[in-house]
Amino acid sequence: MLPESLILSALIFVIGTMGVIVRRNVIIMFLCIELQLNAVNLTFVSLSRYLGIDGQVFVFFVMTVAAAEAAVGLAIIISIFRHYGSVDVDNFRMLKW
Amino acid sequence: MSNINLIQETGIGEGWEPLLPGLIILLPLLGFFINGVLALWEAKKSAAIIREGNEDTTAGLNSSKAHSWPGWIGPGVIGVAFVLTLINFVRMLEGEASEPIIREYWTWMATGSLEIAAAIQIDQLAIIMVLIITGIGFLIHIFSVGYMHGDPGYPRYFAYLNLFIFFMLILVMGSNYPVMFVGWEGVGLCSYLLIGYWFDQEEKASAGKKAFIVNRIGDFGFLLAVFLLFTNLGTFDYGSIFARGEEVFEYGGPLVTTITLFFLLAAVGKSAQIPLYIWLPDAMAGPTPVSALIHAATMVTAGVYLVARSSLLFAMAPVSSAIVAGIGVFTAFFAATIALKQYDIKKVLAYSTVSQLGYMFLGVGVGAYTAGFFHLITHAFFKALLFLGAGAVIHSMHYALHQTHKDWDAQDIRNMGGLRKCMPITWITMWIATLAISGIWPFAGFFSKDEIIWMTGSIAGADNAPYPGLYTVYWVMALVTAMLTVIYMTRLMIMAFHGMNRTGSKEFGHLHEAPKHMWIPLVVLAVFSVIGGWINVSKDIQQSFLGGFGNIPMAGWLHHWLEPVTESAHHIQEIHWGAISHSAPLGGGEVAWGALSTTAALIVLIVTVWMVRSDKISVATEDSDPRGLSKVIYNKWYVDEFYGHIFIRTLQRLSKFAWRIVDIKIIDRSVGIVAGGMRALGWLASLTQSGQVNTYAFIFTVGILLIFGIVIF
Amino acid sequence: MVEILFYVFAAIVLGGALGVVMGRNPITSLMFMVTSLAGISGIFVLLGAHFLAAIQIMVYAGAIMVLFLFVIMLLNLGHDYQRAVRGWGIVVLGFAVTGSLGGLLAKQLKVGSQEFYNNPEAGMVIDADLLEHGAVGVIAHPLFTDYVVAFELTGILLFVTIVGAIALAKKRV
Repeated sequence: MLPESLILSALIFVIGTMGVIVRRNVIIMFLCIELQLNAVNLTFVSLSRYLGIDGQVFVFFVMTVAAAEAAVGLAIIISIFRHYGSVDVDNFRMLKW
Repeated sequence: MSNINLIQETGIGEGWEPLLPGLIILLPLLGFFINGVLALWEAKKSAAIIREGNEDTTAGLNSSKAHSWPGWIGPGVIGVAFVLTLINFVRMLEGEASEPIIREYWTWMATGSLEIAAAIQIDQLAIIMVLIITGIGFLIHIFSVGYMHGDPGYPRYFAYLNLFIFFMLILVMGSNYPVMFVGWEGVGLCSYLLIGYWFDQEEKASAGKKAFIVNRIGDFGFLLAVFLLFTNLGTFDYGSIFARGEEVFEYGGPLVTTITLFFLLAAVGKSAQIPLYIWLPDAMAGPTPVSALIHAATMVTAGVYLVARSSLLFAMAPVSSAIVAGIGVFTAFFAATIALKQYDIKKVLAYSTVSQLGYMFLGVGVGAYTAGFFHLITHAFFKALLFLGAGAVIHSMHYALHQTHKDWDAQDIRNMGGLRKCMPITWITMWIATLAISGIWPFAGFFSKDEIIWMTGSIAGADNAPYPGLYTVYWVMALVTAMLTVIYMTRLMIMAFHGMNRTGSKEFGHLHEAPKHMWIPLVVLAVFSVIGGWINVSKDIQQSFLGGFGNIPMAGWLHHWLEPVTESAHHIQEIHWGAISHSAPLGGGEVAWGALSTTAALIVLIVTVWMVRSDKISVATEDSDPRGLSKVIYNKWYVDEFYGHIFIRTLQRLSKFAWRIVDIKIIDRSVGIVAGGMRALGWLASLTQSGQVNTYAFIFTVGILLIFGIVIF
Repeated sequence: MVEILFYVFAAIVLGGALGVVMGRNPITSLMFMVTSLAGISGIFVLLGAHFLAAIQIMVYAGAIMVLFLFVIMLLNLGHDYQRAVRGWGIVVLGFAVTGSLGGLLAKQLKVGSQEFYNNPEAGMVIDADLLEHGAVGVIAHPLFTDYVVAFELTGILLFVTIVGAIALAKKRV
């Protein structure tokens, strides 16, 4: 079952990456990032069966960070939305300057 | 390198133990740092005073620490250095070592086969130079305490002066040419800084620039010569160069001639000889003690030192030596003629310096390295004395004119006259110096100048003299120049100190003798201007009535002392030139010519006194313009104008061409093309910086992919 | 039985993931995301991470996703976008890049680890621990011994997050 779950996590990760690259809606991009995180979590849990319980502890931390990231990220999205009236990623061009 | 180690390990030549030789160099540097910090502090304060609207920057500064400390620190460090040098000198006298002492401190640079050590060398030549530099330097520092008193840049002045001594010591104490070059450039820098010391006056600042730029021409010659030496010998050390020079170079060969000619270019620049002498008269824009120290006693003699140091190379290149002598004697004559018609007291002395330096060049050029160096020593005494005396006069004149708000030139001898009543010490000491420079027995100048002239005549009559006719001409010119020297110096003295005073009756009351720390150096230097010549009285003269029938104890001492440095050069000369003659080209021995020249000088002196006194001298503002030949001489033979026309005008045209055609049309355009290309490339690169998160994520992923690929495959 | 369940969950997860990426509306994507997370939680159970499976549902699918939902509703995002993707060029490029990334991952999984996967004793350690300490105890023990510093730091992180989120999201005064 282990190889299968690893392949599954690779697939989820790839799908998430694809979403980050092609989508324009920031919230959907955000969700895709969460997908990537979950893919990694799945890998951790699968391998923890072979390498010890530490993998599961890491998943715990990843979830905490994901929650924090979601909170801050959504706050940023809100303030950007206030500014531009849209969540289209094309508005986030200030990275260039 | 191995050479040095050998000496240190086996102890050969360590007949004496030097006492802290590095400290002699370091002390002036220490003085520079302390005074420099004080100067910066002072600058801040005077700036603040100016900001507050107070025009007079000296107000409230005279009493401050920054204004009293440099007067102790500046002379103090030099004094200690002088004492150290004296101790070393005494030890050296007792030790009677013939090999130089070399102290290697660290490796300055090492690349490939090139290895330069930061090393100093103390030998007979260097120690005498160090004695002169620290000794006369000390006296001039003391003089400066009085002369520069009240100047707003007081600490800055002493900082520069200390720095100059530091670099000058490096110049003479370095044990290889690159170290010498550091000092060579350093003294040039200090000379520039001190000439332009009063940088708020434009012509003084540009005089500094002129000195600096003219010196650059010489420096390039120095570098080329040293490079040539390195490519042929693979080393920069004096020891190895002079040890192997005789094998590597062919006598009179083109290579050694080229090297020595490049060295000559360097010496000509630094020592103000034709054609690069033009900077020295302008250098008188600096404070007078600076003129005494840098532009009379020490820095300008660096060229003579260079030739004396490289005596072996010059001895192997008879053509270069003849050119050295020719440049020397011609400069001596030429500058002496200009000095005849100058009215600025410092200009007269400046041209006199150029002329005397010419004598030194003549000396080292005819192979009489000791004689040239001997004249360097005596000249340092009496010319420093003359300049300091002139400084005292200017100081006094300036004060008097300032008191009555008269805007006359304080340096014009037409405005002086009769000063002997107000300044008796200055008057007497300057007369001693005048007699010394005129070559009148028994003052110092007689012995040194006479020896140079005599050696020139003897070389002309040597068995295999390379150019006997040429050397005879040199000899005649040297004799004539000696008489010119008497004329212009006597004229200066009579016009400044004798006759009626022309400054004005109100001003006359304000003229005063220099303060104590200004006249004490004058007296010390006057003593040496008398006895300084007795260290190298030649055998013949010593035995005759001119030498007190053998009563001068130190006859030929300097000659003997410098033998370790000059003997190989003399040896080469003897082989190729044969025995030198014992009579002058017109017959007669050394004693006869000595007696004749001093008598002639005395006669010329008396005639000049009579002529100048019978002349009616009008003050500078009422004087008519000179006419005829004296106009040409007054305008210094129009050399500056000639240079201006030939070099500067041509250079300007060339620059214009370079600007309009080369720079704008060719370089700017190609630069424009390159810039455009870069801009296009940048535009391409900026496409990746879209600012869009998706693109960045994409590139990020590509990056991960690449790293991943590299790790896997 | 376990195998069958795994494939069922895997299908749910993959379907959800694709739905997230392809959904035209943020709400649709969010619902697919919740589905996908639930599937992953099921796989966690199959892999013996019972505690993680529980908090996956509670924290992830519950709290975080609800946070997203709130934001979407707060911003009233319905139909304010014109095109879902940036352009077909980047879609092609994205396929190329992600495809090769997936290929590389698959290749790595296949090459490296046959021996490793076939280690029969590996899973048994955790199963034994589970029986002994229970689902919570098995993760709580390392968390409060070896990782206690990191755990405390997590608290600070969350605190900072709260402050940051409030500072960012509040209206300009």
